[in-house]
Amino acid sequence: MANPQELKYTEEHEWLKLDGDSAVVGITAYAAEKLGDVVFVELPKIGAAVVAGTVVGEIESTKSVGELFAPATGTVLEVNDAVVSSPELVNDDPFGAGWLIKISITDLPALLSADEYTALTGE
Amino acid sequence: MTEGEFLIVGLAPNGELMSDSPRYSPLNALHEELGASFTDFAGWQMPVRYDSDLAEHHAVRASAGIFDISHMAEIAVHGPEAGAFLDYALAGKLSSINLGQAKYSLLLNEDGGIIDDLVVYRLGETRFLVVANAGNRFAAVDALMARVAGGGRSEGAFDVTVIDESDATSLIAVQGPASLEILLHTVGLSLAEEARSRPEPTLETLKYYFSLPALFLGHPVLIGRTGYTGEDGFELYIDQTEAAALWIALSEAGEGRGLVPTGLACRDTLRLEAGMPLYGHELGLDTAPVQAGLGRVVALGKPGDFVGRAATERGVSPDAPVLVGLVGEGKRAARADYEVFGRDASSETPVGTITSGALSPTLGYPVAMAYVHPSVSALGTVVDVDIRGTRLPYTVTQLPFYRREKN
Repeated sequence: MANPQELKYTEEHEWLKLDGDSAVVGITAYAAEKLGDVVFVELPKIGAAVVAGTVVGEIESTKSVGELFAPATGTVLEVNDAVVSSPELVNDDPFGAGWLIKISITDLPALLSADEYTALTGE
Repeated sequence: MTEGEFLIVGLAPNGELMSDSPRYSPLNALHEELGASFTDFAGWQMPVRYDSDLAEHHAVRASAGIFDISHMAEIAVHGPEAGAFLDYALAGKLSSINLGQAKYSLLLNEDGGIIDDLVVYRLGETRFLVVANAGNRFAAVDALMARVAGGGRSEGAFDVTVIDESDATSLIAVQGPASLEILLHTVGLSLAEEARSRPEPTLETLKYYFSLPALFLGHPVLIGRTGYTGEDGFELYIDQTEAAALWIALSEAGEGRGLVPTGLACRDTLRLEAGMPLYGHELGLDTAPVQAGLGRVVALGKPGDFVGRAATERGVSPDAPVLVGLVGEGKRAARADYEVFGRDASSETPVGTITSGALSPTLGYPVAMAYVHPSVSALGTVVDVDIRGTRLPYTVTQLPFYRREKN
């Protein structure tokens, strides 16, 4: 699955859809493919303060555990309850219905463009 | 495959297969066409999943899956003393199995530890096939060859030949309730003439853990009603040059019968639900069969000595960990190497370690196997598993977790 040009990416295989001072965050199709079928998602609570680069959630497949890193420093504004009840959304639509959290941003580290991220994964 | 490909394989000090380049199944091109994701398994690049490992798991329970397990090792044991040799070299009494019968067995060392777990087929009065794990291929071949000498028995060496046929042999498993119908409809696959003289001379009547000789387009195939999924199913051994054609024929027969290609990811969750041990997880050099619940596999009642007898008769310490099944609540799976604790929240000393675990696709709750101290091994005992910093309760449960409904 191609990495959408309008999104930004991290080396931890997450994507951000930036909108002013906030961003919707998910994991990339590449990450979802590597994990296999996601069966459990644990997300932070709304209002939680998160620090860029720290683990704020978990994405488990039958075979492995992926950590959700905060891609920026800020506060959790929304979490995707649909993905908690239907973890398969992460595999089915990683860049859409499988989004994980929305955060407000006070500090944004450098991010990758779609082309840079595509080069990173070599796909 | 190039001739040189097998020359650079060696054994690492830890016994793992080490090679400069990965090995590929003779079916590799088919897997790539099918869109497989690959994983390294004992030095082989094997399909881990084709699309969804959950869908593949459910397909095997509901209809059927086709697995390439060509990485498995096949070792032929031929000769007038083949039965007696295997009785000496392995833990079970293989000389007493019937023509066509298969038996699960163990290759023990002198200390009673497990070098490998195996399936042995009797192909003739003096011919057996030993199937070993890919990662233990050389350890198994070396041990078997060394044991031909007879370990100083008065009769001298066994009159037997041990041949590693792994490179020439492919193995395809068709597993699931639709397996029989699929094999019966596979074009070009038929039983060999020799099968007619067997007590159960058809695939329909073939019993679990029995095999029949067959032909695929004139090439010999051994069909075993064996597997590693907890479902009815078959394993087909064939020369690697014919494996791709057989895979295609089986796949065509599976169209409309719910057959899907299935990878190693679902193979692992299927065998876990069925309570089957995996070497390197539940079994190893430092585990005695009795600890793994496999005491019955060691035939202490058979006459004569066998490798591992003395150690097995000495037994293990009453404190030796034992393998148990664990079930949890919720969705968070205990996974291999996670520590098991008593329920006392202040308990800092683990009482065990998880060996395998997953959120069971069939059952919907987490299941695991673990080695625990005997004091917490009784059915119904509740323990805590440290899941990445959070202790969650698991209950000791009878294995297997899943048992198919038999007809």
